Amino acid sequence: MSAPSSQRAHGRALLAELGVHLLVLLAVVFALYPVLWVVALALSPGDAPEPRVLPFASHPSLEHFAAVLGVGAGSEAGGGWLFGRQLLNSVLVSASTAIVAVALATPAAYALARFDFVGAKEGERALLATQMFPGVAASIPLYLILDALGLLDTRTGLVLVYATTAVPFAIFQLRGAFAAIPKDLEEAAMVDGATRFGAFLRVVLPVVRPALAVTALFAFMTAWNEFVLAATFLSREETFTLPVVLQRYVGEYDARWGRFAAGAILVSLPVMGLFYALQRNLVRGLSAGGVKG
Amino acid sequence: MASLTLSQIEKTLGTTPILRGIDLDVTDGELVVLVGPSGCGKSTLLRTIAGLELPDRGTVKIGERDVTHLAPRERDVAMVFQSYALYPHLSVRENLAFGLRLRGETSEAISARIADVAQSLGLEKLLERLPKQLSGGQRQRVAMGRAIARRPSLFLFDEPLSNLDAALRGEVRVEIKKLHAKLGATMVYVTHDQVEAMTLADKLVVLRAGRVEQIGPPLEVYKHPASRFVASFLGTPGMGFLPARAGGGRVKAEGVDVALPDGLAAHEGDVVLGVRPHDVRLLPNKTKGALQLTVDVVEAMGFEAYAHGHIGGKPFVARLEGDAQTGVRPGDVVGLDVEADGVHLFDPKSEVALTAPPARTKGAA
Repeated sequence: MSAPSSQRAHGRALLAELGVHLLVLLAVVFALYPVLWVVALALSPGDAPEPRVLPFASHPSLEHFAAVLGVGAGSEAGGGWLFGRQLLNSVLVSASTAIVAVALATPAAYALARFDFVGAKEGERALLATQMFPGVAASIPLYLILDALGLLDTRTGLVLVYATTAVPFAIFQLRGAFAAIPKDLEEAAMVDGATRFGAFLRVVLPVVRPALAVTALFAFMTAWNEFVLAATFLSREETFTLPVVLQRYVGEYDARWGRFAAGAILVSLPVMGLFYALQRNLVRGLSAGGVKG
Repeated sequence: MASLTLSQIEKTLGTTPILRGIDLDVTDGELVVLVGPSGCGKSTLLRTIAGLELPDRGTVKIGERDVTHLAPRERDVAMVFQSYALYPHLSVRENLAFGLRLRGETSEAISARIADVAQSLGLEKLLERLPKQLSGGQRQRVAMGRAIARRPSLFLFDEPLSNLDAALRGEVRVEIKKLHAKLGATMVYVTHDQVEAMTLADKLVVLRAGRVEQIGPPLEVYKHPASRFVASFLGTPGMGFLPARAGGGRVKAEGVDVALPDGLAAHEGDVVLGVRPHDVRLLPNKTKGALQLTVDVVEAMGFEAYAHGHIGGKPFVARLEGDAQTGVRPGDVVGLDVEADGVHLFDPKSEVALTAPPARTKGAA
């Protein structure tokens, strides 16, 4: 190849790369634009900020955050105590949902992945079927059941409701993870002196730990963000989870967008933190290096 | 260390019989190789010995103990898997210690044992690494070390070298042989590789479709294969098989006129003549020989060559030694002489090797 044509090829490659970066930039802006608007709203004082093209607060202030947290002027009735209580509700409900989902799904998923038993296939299909209905579709029967159990307006009731969708989903996630573990590993442990349960405990569980973490994270997030069911089953302010609290800022007669935005940011922070803490698990291969790869 | 006795082991998976009545005695300190093509049941048999599969019928005894229904952990065996099956979340040290901890050894004893094993396998510098940070050869060593550290009464190897490249495989093969001599351990080794089988075994067990086809010292099995199957399985390139007719102390067919050695001279009737590539000698100047080979291809290896061709329409390979390899060209018809102990006869129907002079009725078949 002569020198000029190789230069041309080089130029073309550069152009192509520039094009790709431009596309990525566009996608990032597209994804971040609404988020930036939320930040701008949260930082703009007053309840009716002017619509603008560029999402920047002209006189940034933390008044909405203070209001949501119940400190400073114009804070909510009940103040910081109430918000703290509601935050605790969200944390407890979400964490319990995650724990229940992983605890129940782990043995079920392992059995489905490893053992051939009567009803395994049918059971799996039934689990899949439950995933096809939106949770809201069951809200009326669930309401009646919770009412009969005296669990309306309680965190326990909400955890039970969330578990009905979180457990099947977790079983699916974990079944794949267990199936990906070579049987050899368990057999090696059993020859080495472990019981079947010992092999599960000492070898299988540590190896699927990343999958357990990811599954727990998803269950937690789903519960953390869920609004419709929470709004249906909770009616007292002290039992509200945060999405319900947020919704109350934008009511029928007034729309306190600033507080709504500040609250939304506060609500997202824990999930962002969890994501950050678990990101290593999100990308890590499950059994890298144990057997020939 | 201990002996191993299998009697009448049968195993069916679904409706497919995998093992059909296997009897096998392994004496204390012996290295037995189970060899056969894939699907012959050799891995299932090994897993039955380990306790990872339960036989439908038959008994497994290790030493004097009947272990047929014991869990793997109660059998005091160690197994090296084809995949190595190293625990991915544990360091090399923890992998080696795993079995010892489960057996309740003291931590001093464990450290001492690990140091010992690491030293003998050259793993000292790798002890703190995770399996994923090791090369294939190093993983293989750790898998062996994990078995050795346990000091079991019986070692089981399930195709432990098949994931290594050819050069490394040769090295590790020699090491396993040394290890066996050093430990004096009883070992059962499964492979489909005939070179591993021939070089490692004290005793070779050839399996076919869930049955033992032949048991014996490797050279004995190689020299006196009990059937056409065993003959074709051992040796590279494989033995050539030529349908022929025996009578009057000779076997004849198109391109074949071979004198039968004393032991076989009395056979009469249809037979299959088997001759290994290494048991023929090229006659100079295209002299007519016991076999007339029409050459299709010559593969020169440097120190020897293989002439691939056909005799009476059947494929046949001859090894050419030294100078002989230079003169032969594709299309040549060359004469070959057969060494007296290189003549094998097989029954054309049952494919069993013919040895002693047969009964009259059989010979006429």
